Order: sequence, then structure tokens, then C-alpha cells
Amino acid sequence: MRWFWIDRFTEFVSGQYATAVKNVTLAEEAVDEYVPSWPYLPASLVIEGMAQTGGLLVGQLSDFRQRVVLGKINRCQFHGQAFPGDTLHFRAQLTSLQANGAFVSGTVEKCGKPFCELELMFAFLTDERFDDVQLFEPAALCRMLRLLRMFEVGVNPDGSPISVPEQMVAAEKAVLLSSTP
Amino acid sequence: MPVNDEVFEKVKSALVDALGVDDDEVEPSKTMVGDLGAESIDFLDIVFKLEHAFSIKIPREDLFPEDILQNTAYVQNGRVTGDGLALLRQRMPFADLSKFEANPVVQDFAKQLTVGDLCSYVSMKVNA
Repeated sequence: MRWFWIDRFTEFVSGQYATAVKNVTLAEEAVDEYVPSWPYLPASLVIEGMAQTGGLLVGQLSDFRQRVVLGKINRCQFHGQAFPGDTLHFRAQLTSLQANGAFVSGTVEKCGKPFCELELMFAFLTDERFDDVQLFEPAALCRMLRLLRMFEVGVNPDGSPISVPEQMVAAEKAVLLSSTP
Repeated sequence: MPVNDEVFEKVKSALVDALGVDDDEVEPSKTMVGDLGAESIDFLDIVFKLEHAFSIKIPREDLFPEDILQNTAYVQNGRVTGDGLALLRQRMPFADLSKFEANPVVQDFAKQLTVGDLCSYVSMKVNA
């Protein structure tokens, strides 16, 4: 199942903020079928888009070794609905990084106008309790990040490009080798 | 431990924000879990808000002494031993542990913390 609720990153500054774009389209089942004859992107999926933008911003800080999950939606306010043809611009700002979680402040604009403001809390699943749990297979996550163009736009605070984590590169190679006849 | 109004108001604000409860629901005697419905994930949020409101750092073990509660040296048959209780009292002088001491079942520990305990803890940290 595909579960991309942003189309691609447009900016990504490690440990600071990320912006992403999402084009709402009638081709998406959730848009077409959530309310028959009134196609729009459900609010929960807009929130998911911000969770993906912010969650990946948080996860990148640990080279995606940390198990980052959305813990709470602390605040959320919408100013309308997003319809097919609308373009959403997400901006996630990392406001606090703690030992066991992180906080992200997010804004979404629809066609250049304020559409949604929200604050999200992410929790880190600890090794003590979730040592045998892998949220994402590294090669699959790496492919997702490449599709979202994170490594094309991502930079460190000093402007140098972020790199693909070593364990992901190794996992990609392993997948390629195993699929080569 | 006396708690001043300013501390209580800031703690109340953090709890109202984090737990979505009404102002008048937050009283010093209310327990965080039983009365205000706090879940484990909420404590991360509450700690974050308190750290910001009071400009303090709150080490996890101050409020959640898992190193004691999960240590077989201090827990037998799911209950905290006398040595364990002594250590808890030492670690958490701000908390009223009398009810827990009467029946120190480990699983019930998290249900003991009250709003008043939290205020006392913050006061202790601020005045340290």
C-alpha cells in the first residue's frame, strides 16, 4: 500500500525545518471516496502529511535509526478544505528535541493562503521495550526518501548536503544484489 | 511542601494544555492518571511544557523511577520492598507516597502522582 501524503520535499535543513509540497488530485481514492460527490482531502490526511514532513525531519537527525512515531496532536486548526487541483505547502519547524521525543510546529498553506496550523509531538520507541521492532525496512525507507527527493534538497545547517545513511546504502546494495540473476 | 499560587497556575496551564481538561478539574489533590486521565504519552508532553514554563530540566527518573521499580533488588513478587520504598522516599521527597506504601504494588505506582506532587517537585527544582 502506498502511504505518501506529501509529494516531495522542497527544502530540508537538518535539525531545523523542512518544507514539502502536496498536490491534491482526484486520482486518489481517499479524495474521491471519503465523502461521495464531495471530493476533498480529509483533514486527517493533511495531518498525516505534516506528520510525514515533521517525522522525517526528526528521524533524519539519527540517520533514521531512532524509531519515531507520532505521539500526539497537541493543537490543530483548519481554515477550510483542500480540493482536487489545490496545492498544499507544508512547513515543519523542529521546536524541541528531547531524549525521548520531539516537538514540531507546522503550518500548511493552500495556494499561498493559511490553511492549517498544528503542533505535533513525536515519541521515540526505546530499545528497552522495542528492541526487536523495526518500523521500516532500511532499503524501503531509503527508496521512499529518494522518491521524496530528500537527499536532493537536504542540507546541514552549514549548507553542506546531507548524506544517505550508511546502513541504508548497504541495505540498498543488498537488495540489488539479491535481485540480480 | 507549600506550593505558591504562581507555580500552581503554571502547572495547571500545562496540564490543561496537555490533557485537554478544564481549568476547574485541576486541583492539587487530583491524581494525574486516575482523575485527569493522563496516559504515558502525555507525560512526555507535560514534562516538555513544565521545562519550558519554569526553565528547568526534568530528568525522567525524577518522576518515573523505573530504575528502582524494575530492579529485582527492590521488587519482589510485583511489590516494592522496604529498601525500595526507602529509596523512593529519598528520590521523591516531593511526593506523598503514604497510600502507595500501604500497598506497594509496582503497577500502581504511576497512578499515585498527584497535581500537588507535581507542583511540589517543580517548586523544589526552581528553588534548588
